[in-house]
Order: sequence, then structure tokens, then C-alpha cells
Amino acid sequence: MAKRSNEPFLWLLFSAGGALAALLVPVLLFLYGLAFPLGWLEPPSYQSMLTLVSHPLMRLVIFAFCFLALCHWAHRFRYTLYDGLQIKHLNEVIFVFCYGGAIVGTVLAGYLLWTIQ
Amino acid sequence: MADMITLEVMRYRPEQETEPTFQGYEVPFHADWVVLDALNYIKDRLDGSLSYRWSCRMGVCGSCGMMVNGEPQLTCATFLSQYLPGPIRVEPLRYFPIMRDLVIDMTDFMGKLQSVKPWIIPGEEKPLSQGEYLQTPEELDVYKQFSMCINCMLCYAACPVYGLDPQFIGPAAIALAQRYNMDSRDHGTSQRLDMLSQHEGIWGCTFVGECSKVCPKEVDPAGAIQQYKLTATKEWFKAFLMPWGAK
Amino acid sequence: MNEIPAYTAYHPRWYRPRVSTYWWLWRWAYLKFILRELSSVFVAYFVVLILLQLRALSHGPEAYAAFQEWLQMPLVIALNGVSLLFVLFHTITWFNLAPRAMVMRVRGKRVPDLLISGSNYVAWLVVSVAVAWLILRG
Repeated sequence: MAKRSNEPFLWLLFSAGGALAALLVPVLLFLYGLAFPLGWLEPPSYQSMLTLVSHPLMRLVIFAFCFLALCHWAHRFRYTLYDGLQIKHLNEVIFVFCYGGAIVGTVLAGYLLWTIQ
Repeated sequence: MADMITLEVMRYRPEQETEPTFQGYEVPFHADWVVLDALNYIKDRLDGSLSYRWSCRMGVCGSCGMMVNGEPQLTCATFLSQYLPGPIRVEPLRYFPIMRDLVIDMTDFMGKLQSVKPWIIPGEEKPLSQGEYLQTPEELDVYKQFSMCINCMLCYAACPVYGLDPQFIGPAAIALAQRYNMDSRDHGTSQRLDMLSQHEGIWGCTFVGECSKVCPKEVDPAGAIQQYKLTATKEWFKAFLMPWGAK
Repeated sequence: MNEIPAYTAYHPRWYRPRVSTYWWLWRWAYLKFILRELSSVFVAYFVVLILLQLRALSHGPEAYAAFQEWLQMPLVIALNGVSLLFVLFHTITWFNLAPRAMVMRVRGKRVPDLLISGSNYVAWLVVSVAVAWLILRG
């Protein structure tokens, strides 16, 4: 038991994040990143955006999404660094950079969602 | 159709040289010849010093795996006509140490295969008088695909993770572990879990998927590994949430 | 043999070619794999966009308008366009690989791969329409 790694948990977060990102990011990025700025579609007003985001359920959903999507990046990027650049000897540094980054992002998301009104 | 075709074969004679070299051979071209036929022609008629492995010449023994033009292939199943007009580059299986010419050392794979306990581990020993272990066709269907593995190691030659990390157990071994885990007669999943759930065991796999592409028997080891990741994750949660239930 | 040794036995005459740092450039399949993995960076970029937008929202209408203007800069539009391509690549490869990882058996027969990936695509369509409606009905 002592030898069993905690990889399964990290992999589960990666998978959940990947599934959520696959479902949600394309439409959201299309709307906010291209359609609204380029004027293809009428962007929602400041007030309606605020109302939408302030709903407690929506805050929770956005928070969970940010957390899982960042975990997805952290896990995948960590292995890309191992295999792509063959720097597995920097294992600890990579681990801290990836998951630490994900945690920082999650904390920021939590703070922003908590204080928005 | 061409008369002859050239094979560029990698040679490595450790007693003479420190680096491998390439040697070109011109062999007759026949429409029904495979690369193995060309190699046998070279050994019989042109250069008896060439070393390589082969056996059944019909794609069931797994001995003749080599890199043909950079792709892992069974040389007994790869036709010369595919590569016209040539030349065809033949090299030993990638990511394994080269012993001599086209012969690689496979003790690493054999060790890893043995470590996943690729045999039926019965739950309780049944006396002979009680008869056989029965299995329905549906139960067979669950693991049959993974039982088709002929241990040819083409998947290892295709897997970049195996090439980069010598401790990764590798596609075939994990697929075979899964073949036994999913066999209804087997009760050894928890015994295999210890070996497979180490960090280097299966978690190095990033689902590149090349192993399944090159497999001559359509075993789909990549699928087996992902399915096993799900199983291992479930086991991890069970152990995490209910530690008193551990063996 | 219970322990996997870290390396094969030392044999001075065996030749061990070193795997190049650019192994992923040598085959198209490997390059596609690395691009797929790098799509995660663009997913993280999108999360950053979300955080920036939340910050702009909480700082008032002027900050929000300034953020909208920033989004209209050509460089940002180009970045978003490239990100969208990578994210779509992620979505398509994810759904296409899903049936290999999740094997479902109904009454003894394996559910066909197309059905599993197909239902993922349908879910994607439904979710996208629902999200767009939620945002656009404003």
C-alpha cells in the first residue's frame, strides 16, 4: 500500500477537467473570444452579465469549471514536459509548477467569484 | 515489375565496431515475397553473417519484429511490393538494446511481463472431482481481444513513453494483465494492482495510441491501459474511503 | 522477479541508441500527439480569460467596457482564433478516444464505438446550445 502512488486521483481530476473543457470551452471561447468582439452577435450588457454570474449556483459552476480545467492543464502539461523535453529529472520542479499553478488559479477564481456583486 | 530491389540493413558487430552501420544488399524482387524472404535470401546466398530472429513466418509467433522504413512491422507480413522501387531500410526493433545486427535484447520485456503475473490466479483451488471452471461465450468476449497478443513487441517499438522511461511497464504487459484481470476464472486483480499502480507502472501512459496502430493482432493495448486506469482509480478510491476493507 | 530494475543489465557491447529530444518531430502521429497535449495550454489560457473577465465585471461598467475593447485588439483576436482551433482539436480527439477507455456492455454485447462517441457529440451540441441561449437571452 505504501508503494501505491496517488496518480489515480490526479488522473481523475484530469479526466473530469478534460470532459468539461471539451463540452464547454468551444462555445464559450467562440462567443467571448470571437463573436462578441467582432460584432457577429450582440454581446450581453454589463448588467445582464453581472446578474448571470452573481447567481450562487453559477458561481459554484464557474468555480468548479476553473478548478477542473486547470487540473486538466496541470496534469497534461506535466507529462508533456516529461516526454517532450525529457526533463524528468526536474520532476519536483515541474510538479510544483503545474499543480501549484492550478491551485493559484483556483484560489484566484474563488476570490473573484466570492467578491463579485 | 522490377527485377531487383535493394535492402539497406543495419549491421552491428560489437567485436568489430562501436557504432551500427548500414549495408546494402540487392535481392531479387518477387511479387509474393515478404521482407523476411529477402532477409533469408541474403543469409542463404549473399552474407551468412547476418543475424536476425524469425520462426513461424506466418504472423503468429511474434519473433520477426523489426523496423521497416521506420515503422515497426512483422517482417513475415510485410510485402516487398509495398516499398517499390526501394531501397528498403531494415533496422532492429526500436527502444531496445541492440545485441547484434537485427537482434535486440528482450529481457526487459520478459521481466515486465512476468511481473504482471500473466496467468490465472484462482480464488479457491477446486479439486479435480468438481470439474472444470465454466465460462460463457459472453464472459470470453470480455477479454478475448487482449488474449490475441503474440508478444511481438511492436507496440514497445512504437511507444515513445517506453523509449523515454525504462521503467514504464509497456503496452503488451498491461494488456495481458488486463486480459487476466477480466477473465471470469481469475481472482488475482488485487495482486496485479500492486505492480501496475506504481507511478512507473501504467501512469506514464499518455494515450499516444501508436501501440494499437502497429499491433498486428488488433489487441488495442492503448484501450486496455485506459480501461485499467479506470479500474485502478476505482480501487484507489475504495482504499482511500474504506481503508479497513484493504487486504 | 518482483522489482522492476531501473535499467537492463549492464552489457558493454550492447548498443543503446539515445532517444532524440526531437523524437516527436520524426513521425506525423507523434507530432499530432504533442499538439493534442499542447491544447491543454489553450484551455488554461481560456481559464485566464474567464478570470480577467470576472475581475473586469467586479470593477464596474467602465472596467468591463475596457476589457471588451482589449478583446477587440487584432492580436488578441488572432490568439483567440488559434486557441479555438486547438480547443476544437481537444474536443474532437477527446470524444473520439472516449469509447476506447469506456467500454460498455449491454446484455453481453459491446456497445459500438460510434454510439459512445456519437452520444458525446450530441451532448456537446446540447450543452453548447444551452450555454449560448443562457448568455444571449440577456
